[in-house]
Amino acid sequence: MSVFSEVPQAAPVAVFKLTADFREDTDPRKVNLGVGAYRTDDCQPWVLPVVKKVEKIIVEDQSLNHEYLPILGLPEFRCSASKIALGEESPAIKEKRVGGVQCLGGTGALKVGAEYLRRWYNGNNNTGTPVYVSTPTWENHNGVFVDAGFQDIRTYRYWEPEKRGLALGGFLADLEVRLAEESLFMAHAQLLCCHLTFASGLSLQRRSLFPFFDSAYQGFASGSLEKDAWAVRYFVSQGFEIFCAQSFSKNFGLYNERVGNLTVVANDGENLARVLSQMEKIVRTTWSNPPSQGARLVAVTLTTPELFEEWKGNVKTMADRVLLMRAQLKAKLQGLGTPGTWDHITQQIGMFSFTGLNPKQVEFLIKEKHVYLMASGRINMCGLTSKNIDYVAESIHEAVTKIQ
Amino acid sequence: MTTHSAFIDTPTLPLNPETKLLAAFKNDTHPDKVYLAGREYLGEDGQISVLPLTWKIKQQIGSDPTLGTEYPPGLGLPEFTRRVTDLALGKDSQAIVENRVLGVQTVGFMGAVRLGTELLRRWYNRSVAWSGPVYVALPCHDSLVDTLKAAGILDVRQYRYWNAEQRVVSMDKLTEDLEQAPEHSVVMLSASAHCPTGADLSQQDWSALAEVMASRKLLPFFLLPAQGLCLGDPDQDAWPLRHYASLGLEFLCAQSFSHSFSLYGERVGHLLLVLKQNSVLLAVQSQADSLVRSLWARPTVLGARVVATVLGNPAYLAEWRDAIRGLAERCLLIREQLLEKLRLLGTPGRWDHLTQQGGLYCCTGLNAEQVRFLARKRHLYLLPDGCVNVTAINRQNLEYVAESIYLALTSAL
Repeated sequence: MSVFSEVPQAAPVAVFKLTADFREDTDPRKVNLGVGAYRTDDCQPWVLPVVKKVEKIIVEDQSLNHEYLPILGLPEFRCSASKIALGEESPAIKEKRVGGVQCLGGTGALKVGAEYLRRWYNGNNNTGTPVYVSTPTWENHNGVFVDAGFQDIRTYRYWEPEKRGLALGGFLADLEVRLAEESLFMAHAQLLCCHLTFASGLSLQRRSLFPFFDSAYQGFASGSLEKDAWAVRYFVSQGFEIFCAQSFSKNFGLYNERVGNLTVVANDGENLARVLSQMEKIVRTTWSNPPSQGARLVAVTLTTPELFEEWKGNVKTMADRVLLMRAQLKAKLQGLGTPGTWDHITQQIGMFSFTGLNPKQVEFLIKEKHVYLMASGRINMCGLTSKNIDYVAESIHEAVTKIQ
Repeated sequence: MTTHSAFIDTPTLPLNPETKLLAAFKNDTHPDKVYLAGREYLGEDGQISVLPLTWKIKQQIGSDPTLGTEYPPGLGLPEFTRRVTDLALGKDSQAIVENRVLGVQTVGFMGAVRLGTELLRRWYNRSVAWSGPVYVALPCHDSLVDTLKAAGILDVRQYRYWNAEQRVVSMDKLTEDLEQAPEHSVVMLSASAHCPTGADLSQQDWSALAEVMASRKLLPFFLLPAQGLCLGDPDQDAWPLRHYASLGLEFLCAQSFSHSFSLYGERVGHLLLVLKQNSVLLAVQSQADSLVRSLWARPTVLGARVVATVLGNPAYLAEWRDAIRGLAERCLLIREQLLEKLRLLGTPGRWDHLTQQGGLYCCTGLNAEQVRFLARKRHLYLLPDGCVNVTAINRQNLEYVAESIYLALTSAL
């Protein structure tokens, strides 16, 4: 008998199942709005031109050494990645209280951050510290914190499906009153828009909540690196200590080389040094040292002026296409007279949009119209193209008018 | 403004001994200094040796327009896992034919150890609510114990392995320790080229050990970080795995391709699980997938592509086998030459083990004081238990190294 005889099958991940179902669908009109990566208007993946260029530079560079990277990662990468998040002129960087830990993508950065916080935040090994994540959030946020040992994952109000907008009142109320002091506050960096940031900043300070940002779309969301980093920079300017898990998967299209950075902002260099020393042990016991290819690619791009400009242009290309799809989808739905409000489609930023469609409407779209999206009504704007947008708009219109 | 730091209670982690050693070496300005405690395979020029084949394949991959940058599957590239599974067990392995082998691409060797241990902690022997112990060899790779603990195994024990006097594996003590291990213990076993001593079990030893493992219901977790670099033949180096598979045993194995493909920075590792039944494969796979999602989500692609390309092409495979043989042979040559020099100098102690072992690592048997002498007076940097990476020895420094060892053993310290 196998010693693994009693292992149950793990629940399938919804988005992977969706993609599998899409693949098996033979209907020529099928559209995949569940994909988690950028697609061109021809619905193809896009290797950024600057990435192709830098790849060539790297592979032909005979001087590059082939040894293991330092445990905390490639120094040029860590430095330039944190700079991108916080800004060249960041006083925190000038005061030498910012450090980076190169990690395996955004997930790796979350993992390392979570492992550190479970061991050293709010007393030693305090697995009872509440962690607040938004409703909704990326499912893996829960997974990472639970696996790191946190026992108390809670939600704060953020998105109101009926109203199809921010639950501003609820969000602020949660911050003011409901959230337990000394807890961890997980926020999506690009989604925390200006006025929310300002208000939440005050509450977080007052109640000693520790902000942990997830920055997966810098540059990709609005087309501007600075604009997308506003929330993180604002918090740092207000004197907060923060963690920021950065992913370069989307804004560099480097999904397969797992490029991430955990930026740590501490009150002073001494605290920072102690944190980084503990991070070393966490990294050493998870993956020993991080992979070189993606980090090298990003570092060369960010630190070479012409390549940096070219990269910003590539990012804007992607962001602009998404913004165009948002504008067009909203216009078409409004043009069709589809009942309901559709402003949220252009108000939301980033790769995804929460349409506000209910599970029954979603089921209709998948089964009858072969338009694949998450049961939560979430769509990936990158799945929309000039060729399928009419069909998708009409399908949504049908779903909303036929199904309640 | 926050008035205190959220990090105020975080203590400073003392520097890793390896980090301290490397720093001391870097600060040493003596022209004859040699760092013998590194982990990479160094060439005659003292630099990291890069297989020309790897270089060639990387360029090929770099200029292939059909290769995209999409997310790989969480469990890794199928062409990679399939081929390294074949490499470890042999393509015709009964276990593979019966489809009861799970392979997961991991972030390096330690990633495989971490993932394997996380899987065991949650899902091994659920009926007995297993929480350890896991046994490791004395001595073992310094990060191994920390990684087991990070994965949640608090009960880590050591079995006696290295016989410092005879400079071989202490088979009787090893057997004694494992015969007394609680049933269902997990035992980490170096398949070949043990790090850091270089001492390995013989085929006879492995067969005898298999009986102990079976009778005590112990689960083997093999460590195979440099397949091919010990005996010059990947099939020979994997013999313990293949033998245990042929006996119908279940086991795990952590593999790395850093040394055998010069892919250190690319972090190419693999976790192998050989199961007794095919019926549990999908469930175990789904749980491994779930665990990967909160460790690193997906592995990196470049290194796996290189390995898969080489192993999947008969011409490249032949070229690789030749290259590996060359790397292993150089290790043996260095060992022979060092042994000869030590003999000529009349160095006291046993040194036969130098040429009875294979691979990168070797234990000199020098004690802590002698190791300190070597660092301070001779600018030679060894690992704390007197072990060395033989590839750091070359034509230029061989005399100096041999002489230094002789002095360490004969000078009044």
